[in-house]
Amino acid sequence: MSAKITGAQSLVKSLESAGVDVMFGIPGGAILPAYDPIFDSSIRHILVRHEQGAGHAATGYAQATGRVGVCIATSGPGATNLVTPLADAQMDSVPIVAITGQVAAAAIGTDAFQEADIRGITMPVTKHNFLITDPRDIPRAIAEAFHIAGTGRPGSVLVDIAKDALINLVDYEWPTSLSLPGYNPIMDPTPESVRDAAALIAESKSPVLYVGGGMIKSNASAELMKLAELTGAPVVTTLMALGSFPDSHPQHLGMPGMHGTVAAVTALQKADLLITLGARFDDRVTGKLSSFAPNAKIIHADIDPAEIGKNRIVDVALVGDLKATINALLPALQAKFKNSKPDLTAWWALCNSWRNKYPLGFDEPTDGSVSPQYVIQRLGQIVGPDAIYVAGVGQHQMWSSQFVQYEKPRTWINSGGLGTMGFAVPAAMGAKVGAPDTVVWAIDGDGCFQMTNQELVTCALNNIPIKVAIINNESLGMVRQWQTLFYNQRYSNTDLHSKRIPDFAKLAEAMGCVGLRCESKEDVDRVINEAMAINDRPVVVDFSVHRDAMVWPMVAAGTSNDDIVVAKSMAPIWDSQEL
Amino acid sequence: MSTHTLSVLVENSPGVLARIASLFSRRGYNIDSLAVGPTEDPNVSRMTIVVNVEGHALAQVIQQTDKLINVLSIIELDPIASVQRELLLVKVSTTPETRSQVLETVQLFRAKVVDVAQDAVTIEATGNSEKIQALLRVLEPYGIKELVQSGLVAMERGLKPGISHQPDHD
Repeated sequence: MSAKITGAQSLVKSLESAGVDVMFGIPGGAILPAYDPIFDSSIRHILVRHEQGAGHAATGYAQATGRVGVCIATSGPGATNLVTPLADAQMDSVPIVAITGQVAAAAIGTDAFQEADIRGITMPVTKHNFLITDPRDIPRAIAEAFHIAGTGRPGSVLVDIAKDALINLVDYEWPTSLSLPGYNPIMDPTPESVRDAAALIAESKSPVLYVGGGMIKSNASAELMKLAELTGAPVVTTLMALGSFPDSHPQHLGMPGMHGTVAAVTALQKADLLITLGARFDDRVTGKLSSFAPNAKIIHADIDPAEIGKNRIVDVALVGDLKATINALLPALQAKFKNSKPDLTAWWALCNSWRNKYPLGFDEPTDGSVSPQYVIQRLGQIVGPDAIYVAGVGQHQMWSSQFVQYEKPRTWINSGGLGTMGFAVPAAMGAKVGAPDTVVWAIDGDGCFQMTNQELVTCALNNIPIKVAIINNESLGMVRQWQTLFYNQRYSNTDLHSKRIPDFAKLAEAMGCVGLRCESKEDVDRVINEAMAINDRPVVVDFSVHRDAMVWPMVAAGTSNDDIVVAKSMAPIWDSQEL
Repeated sequence: MSTHTLSVLVENSPGVLARIASLFSRRGYNIDSLAVGPTEDPNVSRMTIVVNVEGHALAQVIQQTDKLINVLSIIELDPIASVQRELLLVKVSTTPETRSQVLETVQLFRAKVVDVAQDAVTIEATGNSEKIQALLRVLEPYGIKELVQSGLVAMERGLKPGISHQPDHD
């Protein structure tokens, strides 16, 4: 029999057995026992500057690699600082595991120092969570946490471990099998549902492949390409799905939703069939739900049975993994198409007319300032489709979704569901750790950047040379846009003055990065190239841009997708709006 | 809106009731009653949840609940094909004149007197919701001093042809 080890050593051995190669975290009292064996472990631990950064870094790592991201923090405030990233990852179905220390079992429930009921707090924002008070339970909980986070519909899992469970001695045994009788993700759709879906597709005169983030989670881009080319149907990719189907492909109509292309939004509205693949009929895509795609039958493929019928009643449900689903659908469709294949010529004529009449575009500012869309477009053109682009939340995020061309999965990382400002810098850090040989650009807003930029210190000290483009319009730009459109230009508390304070380039230098500035259109290419030439340190570029630029097209919140507006001059008077 | 009785088998682990309650709260499902207790398997508890939802939303309630890792199975119980019971304890005011009438009511409803005081009797009754409500209506004129009611517990009747049975997970 092997010698007994501490619960903390058992935890680290368990993480190693689970295949963890890197984790992001900060030590503190309750988790301190774990940090001693971490010191000797093969796992790379990256000491962040705020636990929120650890959580988003785990998310960025997971999104870039497809592996489970890991973060670790102490009890109380360390744990509560992880709540936002856990909710963020859960909303976007990103597999992360958070390890937190907890006060000793006997002190739980006594309002002890740095005690917070993090299991209770995170119950609604995680896929599952554990509270461990017996060191014998540690290996099983870790094994189950990684399994739950990474399989089925991925999500966030928290493992909270009492301090005495980390200190006490125990025999280590990595479980050879898991016992999760209540967790059985369905991988393959039923043959009947596949047959019914193929029949609907074979009848459709105006189908659209409505592709969501599940396509990237399922690594099914190659299968999607086959399905798209077999059906000949137009493809739209949601904010979470960008890159799962090449933007350059002639069948791609762009992104649907509140700031989607007219062609993508209108194609969904006019379609007679939506072939929904790993998407969830989010309100940012559907607009007013009752008027969304009114004439369309719905095929809904999703690994999560609870998504079926949640927002939109479906005609055919394909519950299973997308890759398996498409692989089952392809031969069924080929058999159908042998007899007759629908002629989509008229449908394509319509789609192309929308695409040609309403391409994405932007106006150059007349006051000589730089257009933010131009900066982002040039960045994408110069840096190219092999890089990873990470955005925060707001106008810069929407422009990055619109004006960078995505050709491959896992090259676009953003906070879609929760809409977490401050996501970009730490998520880019995590992405760069997961993909060290790939160029990683955070495209951030001046508001977002000021929420989490301290992780650039982490990047500078740990050889994580990310690049950050701050799209500086000295405003909380998206909120300002709504104030322009819906609140009579009354700019209450959206002016950040960030062209004066802080000096982003100096701030970057102070954090051990290279800080660059760009204030004119002529300098945009030069500064991007200068940033691209620096690979030994993080680089921050402060792009000073026009402050009144707006994101178009736009479907105002709560209105119908039929009322999409291409530019402000074409806007109807919105008399009411809702978030 | 209509009521539906859900029979939920859950792992008997700490926090499982909180998970169910948290799910129902955050998704805005209305719980009419909830009862939880042990089963023949000490590792498994059974919850009987009565929800008040539209037909379409019922499928969502079932799917979202089933998604919880600690939930082993969930089925809707058909009122005809299941036995459904509530427990009532009610303290009714009595006077020498009304006591015999109250006791007669107890007999008619096959309830039991479990405590007698100078000016009140405490009655225990079990039955389905309709019976409990009917008993309370009859007792009300005498003056209800205090009452407590359990949530509904329910179980499928024995296997009958034509009634579909979903086996519980082992």
